[in-house]
Amino acid sequence: MANDPIHQFQISKWIPIEIGGLDFSFTNASAFMVATVVAAGAFLFLTTSSRGLVPGRLQSISEMSYEFVASMLRDSAGSHGMRFFPFVFSIFMFVLMANLLGLFPYFFTVTSHIIVTFALALLVIGTVVVYGFWKHGFGFLKLFVPQGVPGIVVPLVVLIEIVSFLSRPVSLSVRLFANMLAGHITLKVFAGFVTSMSALGAVGVAGAVLPLIMTVAITGLEFLVAFMQAYVFAVLTCMYLNDAVHPGH
Amino acid sequence: MANEDRPDDLERRRSDLEKALAARRPAKRDGGEGKEQGSVAGVGNALRLSSEFVAGVAVGAALGWFIDRYAGTSPWGLIVFLLLGFGAGVLNVLRSAGLIAEFGTQSPKGDKDLREK
Repeated sequence: MANDPIHQFQISKWIPIEIGGLDFSFTNASAFMVATVVAAGAFLFLTTSSRGLVPGRLQSISEMSYEFVASMLRDSAGSHGMRFFPFVFSIFMFVLMANLLGLFPYFFTVTSHIIVTFALALLVIGTVVVYGFWKHGFGFLKLFVPQGVPGIVVPLVVLIEIVSFLSRPVSLSVRLFANMLAGHITLKVFAGFVTSMSALGAVGVAGAVLPLIMTVAITGLEFLVAFMQAYVFAVLTCMYLNDAVHPGH
Repeated sequence: MANEDRPDDLERRRSDLEKALAARRPAKRDGGEGKEQGSVAGVGNALRLSSEFVAGVAVGAALGWFIDRYAGTSPWGLIVFLLLGFGAGVLNVLRSAGLIAEFGTQSPKGDKDLREK
């Protein structure tokens, strides 16, 4: 069991709650989601509470993350899209903090469960659809009709565009989930080699150095992936919101 | 005299150091570092593009299956929407590779309008 690479993703109920036959238990996943929100909120609050005109190290980290997301959103959705800034910033900080928390040994990785990432992606697409229809009415549907297409193939193109639009939440959520899942399994498998090889005696211990080096290297790579995936999720969110703000151009 | 000599000496040593660093730098960059970054970025790109394509096909198949189930048109919904999903997957890949315009912007002119607004 100690070397089971899947064991780390198991959900265990900490406080069983059942309301009307539905399972609302407080699980380890819920606990780490709460921890993610608390950690992100506490970090941003505590580092900016001094309000130094010349920011310290930690304050400049939070200011940089603000600037980073703000320029990302302004570049892709224009100044009109800045009304979504709190939304995009929350999503970015949640995903980033969840990915980074998951890198601690014995911690649960929230974003390695597809239901979590899919719920986030549905939230994004739901916002796009609701805002698009609320702001543009049926003009939002122009998104699916590209300009300059011959009349005969328009129905086919529209169908393909609709399927392509519907596949967005799927690819958005699968990308984040698959990256985190694969990274954590790889890490666990290589770390498992170290323990099982060093059980073989002196030769095994000497050989176990190689997977140990690999584990250290992959841990570094995982930090990069944790940041990259949060960035990619936020960038795609911005691009999709751009469609809601300016459809059919 | 000694005070005047020192800055010169320092300047000379600094320029020597810069030359030595410049001589080493390109060789290092061409070697391990650039290659490493390229391969990591390549894996990232591969994962991104393949997930786009698979998502298109999967969503098309799922749509077709549900239409078949509720309209009773089996197996035509699955066949048609699987093919449409294939098309959507290719469209997703081309779009995320930047080979085709984004949603709604089919011509370079349209793209410019979007940026301005």
